[in-house]
Amino acid sequence: MQNPYLPYPVRIDDMIIETEDKNLKTFKFTFINPEDEEKFGYRAGQFAELSVTGKGEIPIGIASSPTEKGFVKFTVNKVGLVSSYLHSMQPGDLMGIRGPLGNSYPWDMLEGKNVVIIGGGFAFTTLRSSIIYMLDPQNRMKFKDIHVIYGARTPGMLLYREELAQWEKRDDIHMHITVDGTDDPDWKYNVGFVPTITEQKAPQADNDTYAIICGPPIMIKFTQPVLDNLGYAHDHIIMSLENRMKCGIGMCGRCNIGRHFVCKDGPVFTLAQLNTIPKEY
Amino acid sequence: MKVILIEKAQWDEGIEKAKGSYRLIGPARQGQFTEFRKLEKGELPDFNYANTRLSAKELVYPQSEKMFDYTLDESQPDHHLLQEPEKDYSLRAVVGIRPCDADAFALVQRNFDTPDYQDPYWIRAREAITLVGYACSAPCGTCFCTSAGSGPFNDAGLDVMLIDHGENFLARIVTERGAAFMEAAGWQTAAGDDADQHIAALKSEAEARILTHIPTDNLKGQDTLKLHGASFWDDVAFACINCGTCTYLCPTCWCFDIQDETHGKKGMRIRNWDSCMFPLFTLHGSGHNPRGEKIQRVRQRFMHKLKYYVDKYGDGIQCVGCGRCVRHCPVNIDIRRVCELMNSYGPSEDACAVAS
Repeated sequence: MQNPYLPYPVRIDDMIIETEDKNLKTFKFTFINPEDEEKFGYRAGQFAELSVTGKGEIPIGIASSPTEKGFVKFTVNKVGLVSSYLHSMQPGDLMGIRGPLGNSYPWDMLEGKNVVIIGGGFAFTTLRSSIIYMLDPQNRMKFKDIHVIYGARTPGMLLYREELAQWEKRDDIHMHITVDGTDDPDWKYNVGFVPTITEQKAPQADNDTYAIICGPPIMIKFTQPVLDNLGYAHDHIIMSLENRMKCGIGMCGRCNIGRHFVCKDGPVFTLAQLNTIPKEY
Repeated sequence: MKVILIEKAQWDEGIEKAKGSYRLIGPARQGQFTEFRKLEKGELPDFNYANTRLSAKELVYPQSEKMFDYTLDESQPDHHLLQEPEKDYSLRAVVGIRPCDADAFALVQRNFDTPDYQDPYWIRAREAITLVGYACSAPCGTCFCTSAGSGPFNDAGLDVMLIDHGENFLARIVTERGAAFMEAAGWQTAAGDDADQHIAALKSEAEARILTHIPTDNLKGQDTLKLHGASFWDDVAFACINCGTCTYLCPTCWCFDIQDETHGKKGMRIRNWDSCMFPLFTLHGSGHNPRGEKIQRVRQRFMHKLKYYVDKYGDGIQCVGCGRCVRHCPVNIDIRRVCELMNSYGPSEDACAVAS
């Protein structure tokens, strides 16, 4: 019997400070046993438990894309016991990854469709995974127009800034980067909250257009009415939830919303689904 | 199903004989309560009890259980790698488990043994255990097993069911595993042809002693969001002190926490029973808590057992009617009353709520 609690051993290959407050670091892991990388086959939107021996585990969205080989990446906000310790670790250190866990963004459903990605703050990790996945030469033709609306408080708080700049230069993805405010005279993108920019830049809804939203509750609260006004049906609005988790496999009981477990039945739900479930997230 | 007759005079001898093949666990008096524990040589299960205070779940799912060992000592080749510990899954048998507790194992199995993931700790411990039940001739006043898909003589979760019959026990063999136990104990005398009749009569008498009948027929049809928003939750939760007693005593509560405990360079990853009654259970790292209020946690416990589970599995409520939470709740919250409220919730109650 396979033990679903046993992580794959990994080594920290690289760590990058992502944001100016230094609270977000991206960790690049390589598998100690090469065959584990194959076992860890994942889809964009899934997460994993990062296991720091002696400290515990944390559920974190996978920031790398299944099209990127040889490593997996996670961007971790420094919050509690495990994430704080993780921030103090060094390249070369040994730890574990357990997963992939949860469902993913509904890639079968999104094929042949326009995809509008709306992200805020550090909830951009699985969205990065999704963008890299869709832009892969093998995959780009599977999707129609791709829009990305991504905002942070300041330019220095945006994740993956170099990649954002590269995507801005491409003609097969419509980037709408924004910040709440900045005193940088060289800032050449948008200024304004994500809901406002969504109102200005997001395409009108149609049956072939899906929105994926990931961000802090306040952003989601004010973005949803904007999407309603643009005519997005609730089964065309896709969201990824977070709840406190331990097991990640639907057994330990804490992350439920109604009869569904965020860890196993989610973390991705359509708004239409969420409308029928108690809002305990 | 085959029924064996055990003369009570042969009881001690059979129990000792079974100890040769099984680690025997049985009810034993501990202070003012009866609890399950290993029976030592010469010790018999104490059948002078209505039910144990704690359920039998800990026999398969200990309150605290080691999942992995590890060392942080970098001079060791396996440092920082989790190692599965050696565990003793040798044969064991519980003699004197009540039918409700045995049913609870079948119910909880749905959580730990799923098509997608199998919890090896729970499954291996469950596979190692033989359940020799003891039918309830005198159920407690708080029992409502017959409303919860179980019953005082329900042998669905058992391997063998013992029935007290004067000078004898009648032992109904339910599974192969049960037959193996009876053989190990040396009890092989077939009961008379009238045994089934006796059992049926005793069963009817026992069921008639269960006075509480709780309707559950409307739970599935209820709208989840309406039930979640019902006005009665304030009243239900008012007295609750979130002590978690109900969840710890409950044979069907399965929630757990996972923690690393390090001593010097060595440590272990363990799991502990957890409780939806505690605010920490759902607290996010950000400080946000989706069930930060007492009423949300009390509602979660009852909604899980009496609505979410019902909808998810389509096989009744997540409760076997043992009545422990009713007996031991320090503020007298009664799941039977809450079930009635939930089952009968309807437009008429909304109308009252608006009118008041």
